[in-house]
Amino acid sequence: MMSLDHPDTTAAAPAPVKPARAMGSPPLANVSSPTAPSRFARWRRAASVKPGEQYGAPGNGRSSLLSLLTIAVLFGLWYLATRMAWVKPLFLPSPAAVWQQFIDVSREGFSDATLLSHIGWSSLRVFGAFVLAVLTAVPVGILMGVNRIARGIFDPMVEFYRPLPPLAYLPLVVIWMGIGESSKILLIYLAMFAPLALSARAGVRSVAIEQIHAAYSMGGSRGQILLRVILPAAMPEILTGMRIALGFGWTTLVAAEMVAATAGLGFMVLSASKFLATDVVIMGILVIGVLAYVLDAGMRYLERRLVPWKGK
Amino acid sequence: MSLSLRIHDVSVIYPGREPGQQVTALSGVNLDIAAGDFVVALGASGCGKTTLLNLMAGFIQPSHGIITLGNYQGEVPSDTRQAPLRDQVTGPGADRGVVFQKHALFPWLNVLDNVAFGLKLRGVPRKQREEQAMHFLALTGLADFGKHAVYQLSGGMQQRVGMARALTNDPHMLLLDEPLGALDALTREKLQELLLNIWQRTGKMMFFITHDVEEALFMGTRLVIMSPRPGRITHEFPLDFGRRFLAGEAARAVKSSPDFIALRETVLAIIHGDHLEAAA
Repeated sequence: MMSLDHPDTTAAAPAPVKPARAMGSPPLANVSSPTAPSRFARWRRAASVKPGEQYGAPGNGRSSLLSLLTIAVLFGLWYLATRMAWVKPLFLPSPAAVWQQFIDVSREGFSDATLLSHIGWSSLRVFGAFVLAVLTAVPVGILMGVNRIARGIFDPMVEFYRPLPPLAYLPLVVIWMGIGESSKILLIYLAMFAPLALSARAGVRSVAIEQIHAAYSMGGSRGQILLRVILPAAMPEILTGMRIALGFGWTTLVAAEMVAATAGLGFMVLSASKFLATDVVIMGILVIGVLAYVLDAGMRYLERRLVPWKGK
Repeated sequence: MSLSLRIHDVSVIYPGREPGQQVTALSGVNLDIAAGDFVVALGASGCGKTTLLNLMAGFIQPSHGIITLGNYQGEVPSDTRQAPLRDQVTGPGADRGVVFQKHALFPWLNVLDNVAFGLKLRGVPRKQREEQAMHFLALTGLADFGKHAVYQLSGGMQQRVGMARALTNDPHMLLLDEPLGALDALTREKLQELLLNIWQRTGKMMFFITHDVEEALFMGTRLVIMSPRPGRITHEFPLDFGRRFLAGEAARAVKSSPDFIALRETVLAIIHGDHLEAAA
């Protein structure tokens, strides 16, 4: 929004006072109209701001309208490309076909399971692994933060496997655990463990020493300070870790379900690709993406509710 | 009651950045704080005043010398590491409340729960601890803010919560580490007066750190001036300006009286002398 433009008022109103030029610089003739600064000068300055915004702060203003517009344009292009037959339906089926698949798979199912049951199996794996990871990784991370010995023991393990792509150790997991439910949950669990443990550790490190000192000078014991100061102070970081972990887990899901699953969103997409059912593949991808977005939004909501003091 | 805090020939030496190097943060400090004392420590940064406070709080241990809090009056052995004296300060405890420069409140608790935190640690029942916390919130002028989140309060109010939190534990003494340092001038003067009133009402021993000369003279009953490299106490002055304020004289009148200004200039000269020395 350029509030420099006042098309209704500038025509009738007297010309604004021209800012004095620096001494010695020659007047710029034939560049700008006498009332408005030159286009060039306007572009050089930051856009002026609405009340409540900071002048010059990068990225001022709302962007949600543009985002909605972008989504609409992408869908429009998709529709146009299929309608005008620029692309064969085998490579890119029409939005209507994908929507039809969404209805059909919801009702009748694909590969012996309805969409809801695919979602159910996938969620079960992700959340099962998530609960296990939270219950184990958060205590380990806190221990790494407060205890030198624990940090020394766990640090090399976590730091070594953390950057490995889950697909790299998937074969090993299969050799160890077979192709049942446990290997899939273990793979997702491992993907979630590192970000959770490291965020809990960072959370412990973020406690202000003054807060710990204050608690000790109120007669607190070590155990009380761990439970009533360090743990709550680490909560914002732990919740951020949970959010990242859920994202990791969701992305690892397809990999985990590639290993001989009989249901699940990843399995559905994979088996659809074997039958060249591109419409089901795209429908599955969209469902996976929308669910991930909903999960993330839910975690952000939880963050706002549980740690409203974060960043304050 | 002859309760007092005694600092006997205390030095703090820690290893410096380079190997073999040693930094003397405090050297040969002696200071007795008796019941009813309001001791103000003044000095430029690096003079060891926060180190001294941390020693009293028990957050650090002296390299040499000892600190006692109680009624120990006897001789002090040179090495007490093997067998601490009965009243020796060997760590932090609820008998010494600390108010920090940056409030150090717990943002996950509301104001009331912050103030009642120490009582909760001791297992005082909810109703009782909230009553006591409310008493000290009222004393610091925050009776209506018990249910507020601490991060919604202004800096001055946060510091008042910090004071109420320390007082609720009923400590023998209050250690205040530049509690008003980050506040604006107006809030700062109001809180100076509030602290003097609290001191008068509760009779706690006070140890108050500041780098503001006017504040130092106004607040206490005794002023110790500290000097850096190595940190040590160089001067001590008795003060009565705070008492004059408590006796009814206006704060600004006290601070602009001739004897106040005279002492202020004396103290400033001492501190500037230190600065010149340090720069040379």
